[in-house]
Amino acid sequence: MLMRILPEIGHFALIIALLMAVVQAVLPLAGAATRRPLWMAYAQPMATGQFVFVLLAYGCLTASYLMDDFSVVNVANNANSLLPWYYKLSAVWGNHEGSVLLWSLMLAGWGCVAAWWSRHLPRDMLARVLGVLGLISAGFLLFMLLTSNPFERHLLDIPADGADLNPLLQDIGLIVHPPMLYMGYVGFSVVFAFAIAALLGGRLDAAWTRWARPWTNAAWAFLTVGIALGSWWAYYELGWGGWWFWDPVENASLLPWLTGTALMHSLAVTEKRGSFKSWTVLLAIATFSLSLMGTFLVRSGVLTSVHAFANDPSRGLFILVLLAVTVTLSLVVFALRAPRVSHKVGFNWLSRDALLLINNGLLITMTMTVLLGTLYPLILDSLGLGKISVGPPYFNTLFVPLTVITCLFMGLGPAARWKTTSPGELLRRLWLAGLAALVLGALIPLVYRGEWNLWVTLGLSAALWIVLSLVRDLFDKLLHRRSVWAGLRALSLAYWGMVLGHLGVAVTIIGATVVSHYAVERNVRMSPDTRVEVAGYQFTLTELTDRRGPNYLADAAVIEVQRGDSQRRFLMQPEKRLYLATGMPMTQVALRPGLFRDLYVAMGEDLGDGSWAMRIQYKPFVRWLWLGGLLMALGAVLAVADKRYRQVRPARLAQEGKA
Amino acid sequence: MTRRLLLLLLPVMFLGLALFFYVRLSEDPTGRDSALMARDFPAFEATTLKDDQRRVDQSLLTGEVTLVNVWGEWCPACRQEMPQLLSLADRGIRLVGINYRDTREKGQAFLDEFGDPFAINIFDPEGELGFELGVIGAPETFLVDAEGVIRYHHKGYVSPEDVQGRLLPEVAKWR
Repeated sequence: MLMRILPEIGHFALIIALLMAVVQAVLPLAGAATRRPLWMAYAQPMATGQFVFVLLAYGCLTASYLMDDFSVVNVANNANSLLPWYYKLSAVWGNHEGSVLLWSLMLAGWGCVAAWWSRHLPRDMLARVLGVLGLISAGFLLFMLLTSNPFERHLLDIPADGADLNPLLQDIGLIVHPPMLYMGYVGFSVVFAFAIAALLGGRLDAAWTRWARPWTNAAWAFLTVGIALGSWWAYYELGWGGWWFWDPVENASLLPWLTGTALMHSLAVTEKRGSFKSWTVLLAIATFSLSLMGTFLVRSGVLTSVHAFANDPSRGLFILVLLAVTVTLSLVVFALRAPRVSHKVGFNWLSRDALLLINNGLLITMTMTVLLGTLYPLILDSLGLGKISVGPPYFNTLFVPLTVITCLFMGLGPAARWKTTSPGELLRRLWLAGLAALVLGALIPLVYRGEWNLWVTLGLSAALWIVLSLVRDLFDKLLHRRSVWAGLRALSLAYWGMVLGHLGVAVTIIGATVVSHYAVERNVRMSPDTRVEVAGYQFTLTELTDRRGPNYLADAAVIEVQRGDSQRRFLMQPEKRLYLATGMPMTQVALRPGLFRDLYVAMGEDLGDGSWAMRIQYKPFVRWLWLGGLLMALGAVLAVADKRYRQVRPARLAQEGKA
Repeated sequence: MTRRLLLLLLPVMFLGLALFFYVRLSEDPTGRDSALMARDFPAFEATTLKDDQRRVDQSLLTGEVTLVNVWGEWCPACRQEMPQLLSLADRGIRLVGINYRDTREKGQAFLDEFGDPFAINIFDPEGELGFELGVIGAPETFLVDAEGVIRYHHKGYVSPEDVQGRLLPEVAKWR
């Protein structure tokens, strides 16, 4: 009996969670404004309760998927009984309604963690932070209940079996990609809540930046991993061998990443030096707003893209209203409450402050470039000024040089001092790194391919400059220590986080540069025993077979690969699958990954007479793209672990000592 | 005070953007034109549904006003619009199909069952041509003029009213 009403329990749990979110928003905010401790005290229990009930709802939907309850519309539309259990679990968020539920679960989760982890915050600050989070939660829960209820039932004609999960989504990369991305987007809501709470409380001091920094890093780390996973998934699953398409949906995730990166750096300045206060708050608002805008663009059908969800104007309108209210209100609060006179903290034009300001300027320029490229075609179209499509050439010509310039400053930043640095000292410390980066960057393409290439040199020099200047900085830091080990241990985790993060950027740039210029792609016709050579590898088709998977039929090829004259051979087995429930064909690429090159074989079409069209690709250094992303995320996580953020206020320690 | 007023420009600017989104949202998505409008049909090379040896390219779509319909066996709305497409073919309009993300067997079975209004069908099992065309889901219909330039784009199901009210007038306009 209980099992049969699970969807109703889930639905009811969502309604309770919504009510709790409303209480969490209204009472603590009003309490903080009128200084009523009792009202403020509602924040924590409500944040916890809201999380528990959203979790219950999520559990109910998951159970419906696992039990193949096709009376639930959402289950019937997105899963069938043939699907393996792990795809049933991930099918929960592979659709619009379920993904909004996952989004709400994460929002409630972050809120709950914030409620318990930030207990040492001043009471009114905590009340305001949780109040703002409650407002956002209430908006999303209302959105779900009114326009995207995942628990809707088929009243009549309950289908015997469900439709298939889109085959594109039946993949490990896509199981983890959206949750990571949402964790990032949603994580920025906590930072946003901190910024608004600080504005409302007039408490824009170093303390709020210290509270906000770990949350920013954590959210940014998730977003970075999410974007990297998305790129990795597109690379091996879409079957085109590309890794970034400047697709509007990809751009929507890149925008908050760029402003989030700017925010991390600006927070550092505000915490250390007390400057850029208003700017930091504005970045926190912008980052979350861009996350919301990304969601709106993806779900409303305003942009068309390969990844866009099904269009529904009423949903689009609701998110638009949510977006407009959130952003407008927060910007108005910002305009009214931002510090009246930014108290002047002087710094020289050559100092870490100045360099970080330039870094911010560059990141914002990149954000604007991407935003413009994504929205401009829409705006022109709506004004009736013609239709253009903005593609990779636009983004690449603007983005690549901006990245190179940013790298230039990334090398200088860590080596410079706060407030002022003498040009002579900087030059003395970094000239060798700069020269070495230029020379190596110019030589490597010559040695590697026997041909010089300006773009490869630029990319490699930029990456090497980051790495070598970091090495030099480390060297200088260790020079005056008794032993290398003592020196290494004296460095803070936050410093190591910075090193890893910057190293990650360098690694990604190396990957992007090499794979963009030295990848080889060939389309060939192969029948059994055909031999083809691509980039020094010999590919021989040995066998063509049929195979039956759990919910698909496949044509499979076996290809033996041998490098040069070496005796080591290995097999690659690309497939062409036909999913039975939807009749949708999918290419399963055969990949031979390696740290320095990927080999990639995709089956094209059956050309009859026993031969197939095959696409063979050689992708040097492509793994470095994602490896760099992981390094960046790891850096951010290390910085969160820095003991500075675990310091509990002395007063509280004293209290605990007494107890 | 001026600084506050200047800062208030931010929400105002954002509201402008939101208003634009709103206008965009309320536009009829089926009438929204693709970025390919007034451009040459994208260059492609593919085999046909019936014959895996016959290779065709964009020159297939020149010389006569042609309706290009993107369809697949897996797409229920494509079945429902077949009678309308057959009636268009009966009026002497040339139709070319793009069999989108489908297999030869299923595609052929579909035509056997629901009728074949198409002069020829381009076989696009991976959806590559569909991607070039910015197709977001079948069915979609493009009007290509005698010079091979895309002139009209209909997203979604073609109803009998669409035949009378949209497609026939457009065909007449570009002939």
